[in-house]
Amino acid sequence: MRIEDHPILNFNRNRRITFYYNGREIEAWEGETVAAALHAAGVRKLKKSLHHDRPRGFFCAIGNCSSCLMVVDGEPNVKTCVTEVEEGMVVEEQCGKGDLRAEM
Amino acid sequence: MLERTGIPTRAELEEILPDEKRLEEGPVAIFECFREIPCDPCYYSCPVGAVKEFSDLNDLPEIDYDKCTGCGQCIAGCPGLAVFVIDYTYSEDRGLIGLPYEFTPLPREGEMVMALDRSGEEIEKAEVIRVRQNRKQSNTPVVWLALSKENLISVRHFHRMEAGDSDEE
Amino acid sequence: MWRNSAGRVICVQRCDMAVVGGGPAGLASVIKAAELGVERIMLLERDEFLGGQLVKQTHKFFGARDEYAGMRGIEIAEHFQERIDELSAIEVKKGAVAQGFYEDDVLGYTHQGRFKKLDPERLLLATGASEKMLTFANNDLPGVYGAGAVQTLMNQYGIIPGEKVLMIGGGNIGLIVAYQLLQADVGVAGVVEAESGIGGYSVHATKIRRCGIPLYTEHTIIRAEGEEEVEGAVIQKLDDDWQPVEGAEKRLDVDTICLAVGLAPIVDLAIQAGCEMAYIPEFGGDVPWRDEDMRTSHEAVFVAGDAAGVEEATAAILEGELAACAMARDLLGEKSEIMEEKTRARDKLNVLREGPVGDEIRSGLERMRRDIDAGEDRYSHQSRA
Repeated sequence: MRIEDHPILNFNRNRRITFYYNGREIEAWEGETVAAALHAAGVRKLKKSLHHDRPRGFFCAIGNCSSCLMVVDGEPNVKTCVTEVEEGMVVEEQCGKGDLRAEM
Repeated sequence: MLERTGIPTRAELEEILPDEKRLEEGPVAIFECFREIPCDPCYYSCPVGAVKEFSDLNDLPEIDYDKCTGCGQCIAGCPGLAVFVIDYTYSEDRGLIGLPYEFTPLPREGEMVMALDRSGEEIEKAEVIRVRQNRKQSNTPVVWLALSKENLISVRHFHRMEAGDSDEE
Repeated sequence: MWRNSAGRVICVQRCDMAVVGGGPAGLASVIKAAELGVERIMLLERDEFLGGQLVKQTHKFFGARDEYAGMRGIEIAEHFQERIDELSAIEVKKGAVAQGFYEDDVLGYTHQGRFKKLDPERLLLATGASEKMLTFANNDLPGVYGAGAVQTLMNQYGIIPGEKVLMIGGGNIGLIVAYQLLQADVGVAGVVEAESGIGGYSVHATKIRRCGIPLYTEHTIIRAEGEEEVEGAVIQKLDDDWQPVEGAEKRLDVDTICLAVGLAPIVDLAIQAGCEMAYIPEFGGDVPWRDEDMRTSHEAVFVAGDAAGVEEATAAILEGELAACAMARDLLGEKSEIMEEKTRARDKLNVLREGPVGDEIRSGLERMRRDIDAGEDRYSHQSRA
């Protein structure tokens, strides 16, 4: 959910961007990160933990902790909290450590 | 204790309140600043020099209540949003308080709001008399409320009861 | 550009001063250095914007009016950006991530998909700090976020973190972010603090208390609840020995748990540079030892801001300026303007840290002095004999 009215800040939402998450179409604004846009769309679980399949989301949101890794346009281990959305981007939940051999 | 509850004790309040005589004379600033932190914007915010110059950045502000006119410039100047102006002489049966309000939407003048005390408890309904915002003071809005005089010492916040936007924007 | 003996171009860019990190410390340092006449200055920032934590701070800063007090963090960031645009000596690379500091004192970084090398005469590490974690059951559920993450979502992207948040940590960050949540019209169930009192400025606590937010001092969180994400939290009272009190549990209905339990300096580059390190709890953990001019044990490497010890923005700005003056002195000589500015920055830092609020930092500085004397050093490969 996005903030429309804030006592101090103005949010520049200029250009609409559509990207895909696990086959679902997601609306975002230019300048948002993948993790933020997914969050706004109600998606807080981004992956499963490596050994026990526990649900995981992001933690630090600025690229330090690696909790937000997903497959973006075929590339695994992308820090979605610091990756800006792009039109037509394909974001998928990553399985395990990611497949580095996948064709990009 | 202030650190445990987030609310000053009666004794702490009494240390910073102007004397009763001054309170009865007209609008005056109340600086609810109880701890030494490095901070001095209040000194620069007063147009009549009622805030004494700091000899040490960590000092608590010292106010010359003879100079203070209760204009309220200090309300928006304080980074801690800890300064208020109260006026026991506003009218025969009501007092006036100026307080900082950095929330949205701002209330409309004439609107009734619910006045709250330092712990967020509802105290009484109050009328919004004035809403002011000044770019020079980082745009911290100052809202002036009319309410009963006996609650001037305890009301420090409010929440809106009506929905809808302010016309002030 | 160099050519090696075979005539091949070796792509190592040289510069007088390089800064890793475009937050308040880094920004203040490049501006000061340029003003003092340092010429080839390079600022590397891993994000696509400058400002670091400043861009998320909507509240008005404390400190001295001469040092940005009364201005909001976002305004200070804009002011720094405008100033940098005016100074041609500063080259800024955004999206540039430092990868390592090598034995030959070359800094490697990635930028626009390439690995690049920089050979600075002087290097300032202004890499900031990162969120600490707290141990409690289910602390890995989606919806458990660092305070910085909540600020990033809310204040940078305008996206609310949840409907009802429980704030863990009553230091300045926890109290400030709780207030910012209220400003974004998000419910706050309370602020949980293990100590008997809040650790931050009391004015930050009074601001949220008058909004009706409960303060749970002498409490800790013992469990997050939820299957796929946070649906609730259980807090428990602590006794005088920090042990949970039997039966004194309380369940709160929240969908987000925000951890404001401290920051740890980001010091990888200092370790790689072989800087002598010191463990200073008051600073948040391991930091490079540094002298009064912010110089580490490596002659060419300086540190400033939270990377030197977790404090706050005004101190970061002043440390950045102090380091810039020291580097300018190395590069340009002991010109009177440089020496005056250096003294000014150092004096202002002392004033900032003089009062009760500075007790912790002063204690950390003292510990660092003693640690070095005691020969405590866990990282450096060099002996200090």
